[in-house]
Amino acid sequence: MAVPVDNLTKPTPASSTLRFAFGNVLAFFILLLIGVLAFSIRLFSVIKYESVIHEFDPYFNYRVTQFLTKNGIYDFWNWFDDRTWYPLGRVIGGTVYPGLTLTAGTIWKVLQSLNIPLSVETVCVFTAPVFSAFAAWATYLLTKEVKGTGAGLTAAVLLAMVPSYISRSVAGSYDNEAVAIFALIFTFYLYIKTLNTGSLFYATLNSIAYFYMVCSWGGYTFIINLIPMHVLLCIVTGRYSSRLYIAYAPLVVLGTLLAALVPVVGFNAVMTSEHFASFLVFIVIHVVALAYYIKGILSPKMFKVAATLVVSVGVVVCCAVVAVLVAVVASSPTKGWSGRSLSLLDPTYASKYIPIIASVSEHQPPTWPSYFMDLNVLAFLVPAGIIACFAPLSDASSFVILYLVMSVYFSGVMVRLMLVLAPAACIMSGIALSEAFDVFTRSIKFYISNLSEFLQTDAGDTLPGNNVSPQNEVLKNEKKEDTLKERPSRKNKKKEKENIEKPYVKSKTEKRPLVLPVEASFFALFLTVLLGGFYVVHSVWAAAEAYSAPSIVLTSHSHDGLHVFDDFREAYAWLSHNTEVDDKVASWWDYGYQTTAMANRTVIVDNNTWNNTHIATVGTAMSSPEKAGWEIFNSLDVKYVLVVFGGLVGYPSDDINKFLWMVRIGGGVFPHIKEPDYLRDGQYRIDSQATPTMLNSLMYKLSYFRFVETDGGKGYDRVRRTEIGKKYFKLTHFEEVFTTHHWMVRIYKLKPQKNRIRGKTKKSKSKTSPTTPRSGTVKKNPWH
Amino acid sequence: MGKSPTTKDDAQALFHSLRSAYSATPTNLKIIDLYVVFAVFIALIQVVYMAVVGSFPFNSFLSGVLSCVGTAVLAVCLRIQVNKENKEFKDLPPEHAFADFVLCNLVLHLVIMNFLG
Repeated sequence: MAVPVDNLTKPTPASSTLRFAFGNVLAFFILLLIGVLAFSIRLFSVIKYESVIHEFDPYFNYRVTQFLTKNGIYDFWNWFDDRTWYPLGRVIGGTVYPGLTLTAGTIWKVLQSLNIPLSVETVCVFTAPVFSAFAAWATYLLTKEVKGTGAGLTAAVLLAMVPSYISRSVAGSYDNEAVAIFALIFTFYLYIKTLNTGSLFYATLNSIAYFYMVCSWGGYTFIINLIPMHVLLCIVTGRYSSRLYIAYAPLVVLGTLLAALVPVVGFNAVMTSEHFASFLVFIVIHVVALAYYIKGILSPKMFKVAATLVVSVGVVVCCAVVAVLVAVVASSPTKGWSGRSLSLLDPTYASKYIPIIASVSEHQPPTWPSYFMDLNVLAFLVPAGIIACFAPLSDASSFVILYLVMSVYFSGVMVRLMLVLAPAACIMSGIALSEAFDVFTRSIKFYISNLSEFLQTDAGDTLPGNNVSPQNEVLKNEKKEDTLKERPSRKNKKKEKENIEKPYVKSKTEKRPLVLPVEASFFALFLTVLLGGFYVVHSVWAAAEAYSAPSIVLTSHSHDGLHVFDDFREAYAWLSHNTEVDDKVASWWDYGYQTTAMANRTVIVDNNTWNNTHIATVGTAMSSPEKAGWEIFNSLDVKYVLVVFGGLVGYPSDDINKFLWMVRIGGGVFPHIKEPDYLRDGQYRIDSQATPTMLNSLMYKLSYFRFVETDGGKGYDRVRRTEIGKKYFKLTHFEEVFTTHHWMVRIYKLKPQKNRIRGKTKKSKSKTSPTTPRSGTVKKNPWH
Repeated sequence: MGKSPTTKDDAQALFHSLRSAYSATPTNLKIIDLYVVFAVFIALIQVVYMAVVGSFPFNSFLSGVLSCVGTAVLAVCLRIQVNKENKEFKDLPPEHAFADFVLCNLVLHLVIMNFLG
């Protein structure tokens, strides 16, 4: 906004259009640089490690993208995956959000057709940085609609570097949020644009952008609840206009249809409570529109009569409809909401009812330091931005305020949703910083123009005029912007402005300019730039050190250099080279995606966690003694069991640390697994004070088998920091086939059943074991 | 609900004034209003049919009803933009509004045809 101000002091059209053009070109180049910045700050992991896919979920997306590029889109839509959730399989076409994979697949296809031979993996790794550049540009567009170009550029540069967004979109983090955040911001931009212009064309584009958002992420419900809330807010605060109707009503109809088109959502678009808010507000806006229309064509007296009539009849009808709706909704036990949405609304819901959702580390509430780590300087610029949005309050700024408030609430529930807070915080902070810069530079400009007036003391009559005109521009910058907005298509803009200037000159000669003393403004400008510097330093540090770990390769610095722990890929490579193609591998669900993608073997459970009972079966098997565990795995046709163990090197995210969740989830479905059996006095231990159930469990045995051989008999576990309880034991039903270099992944094979059973007692027991069903329904506990 | 005579007179006066005010609207707006009423009527017929026959296949029912509601909504948007009394859209030529209307309808019906099944 610093650019158009100068037009008023230089009323010649040529120089003002030149300044406009110069400003636009400068803005364009700044945006280009912001895009490059957003892309390059996310490349630390590629530089430090290699161009590899990170974490767990991205491996699934990568595998799906590989399938798409190899087999085409029709096979992708109809794909039934039998390499996972054995023996149930998974309907990939109907349970995956296709936006990300289709985007990457399209990019790959386009590049192939241009004869640029990038591999699918490269395209997948670099999708996230490219889309974060797009997201920064979308933030610029959105903030420009709210406050102007200067605020837009500031918000864009803040979003390019905000650590919370970097954490989910580094190169290699090929996950839904990589494209979903761009879709979110772009949808909001188009909504605000439609609200500001009232154009049906933008309403159509808004619906299409919303469709892209639905394709990309389950968080689309945030949009379809936030926009109705904003419409309701506008209606309630008396800001209803026909542009609001054009912005909202087509979005609901087209948006619901487009959402129903995506197989994952399907009929949930009209039947779940997450969408009911939009339908409710759809009805409300029609009622309000009708009321305004009738008010417009009737005389006021008649309107009063109409109002009383309608209210008396309408209240009865409303009550009937609401009663029916409440009855329908209350008949379902979760009131029509899905488990994930309920856990957002009631933060304690998941820990009470759905332990799987509660066990995911991203679903925990964030701690206070994580707000500062992820947002840094923005955390205290946001309130300043809120105040700046209130002066003046428009539809667009009320929307941004509502977006911020809602996202702050949801980010407090789940640390993963800080990602949704990041764009809102950047927009607010961009507005605040831009307003602050405006005040400071205005003061400096006023001071400089005053200086130049005092220096040229020639024409006396020009003096008061010149003294007054900087006062005008100083005082009512916003008013000029408003008058400019209200006459958007006037051809003789200059003439109007000069006509306006004259009455302003007359009325504002006595008012003092709202400027700061120049020394204060210089100092404040310097401090603000320093603030920006701190932010940049922190963001680069966070991107380089905290958020660039691929978590499939670990490193540690020691006195003799850099140690690289590549155990995971070592284990998956061993599996893919040394086992049959149809062998089934059982592990905890964290490693399912990686196993299918890298080892190319069928797994029992994976990160999709759609079947709680199946996961509970695996959990029970891991918690049971060796024989019972073998029986469960044998009934699932499992050949190999994979266990992650960090005790030798001090890797804290291993299966023994996750073991209590296995017990809880298994115990949730099979009641003979009781968590207190594994705890001594409420404490989780694996040393000599551990309970016998714990020491006999399959997970303990598979983790610590032959562990004492590593440090000469002590068996000191570096993660739990104690010596282990049971040191010397043999495995009767499993045999160890592979342990990686740092003992981080251990693979065991199920021993086949013995052909010959010696002894009569053993024979009777072996007769019962094939006939008993899976150990979940075994009545007696044969190990106590 | 017993209506007192004054309320009934009021209702009649209201009805008359509504009628007279509405007849003052230009013809092109009345045509659009007629189209909206027609679309809503067709949607209601479809809902009644679904209540009688059952909702299988649900996607066809949804696409049918939502296409009617959608064209009604878009026609209302067109009416808003074409109405000469609306000061916000003074600068929008009616051909532009109609072109937007056609485009939006095209997208809507493309989606409908895909969803119809």
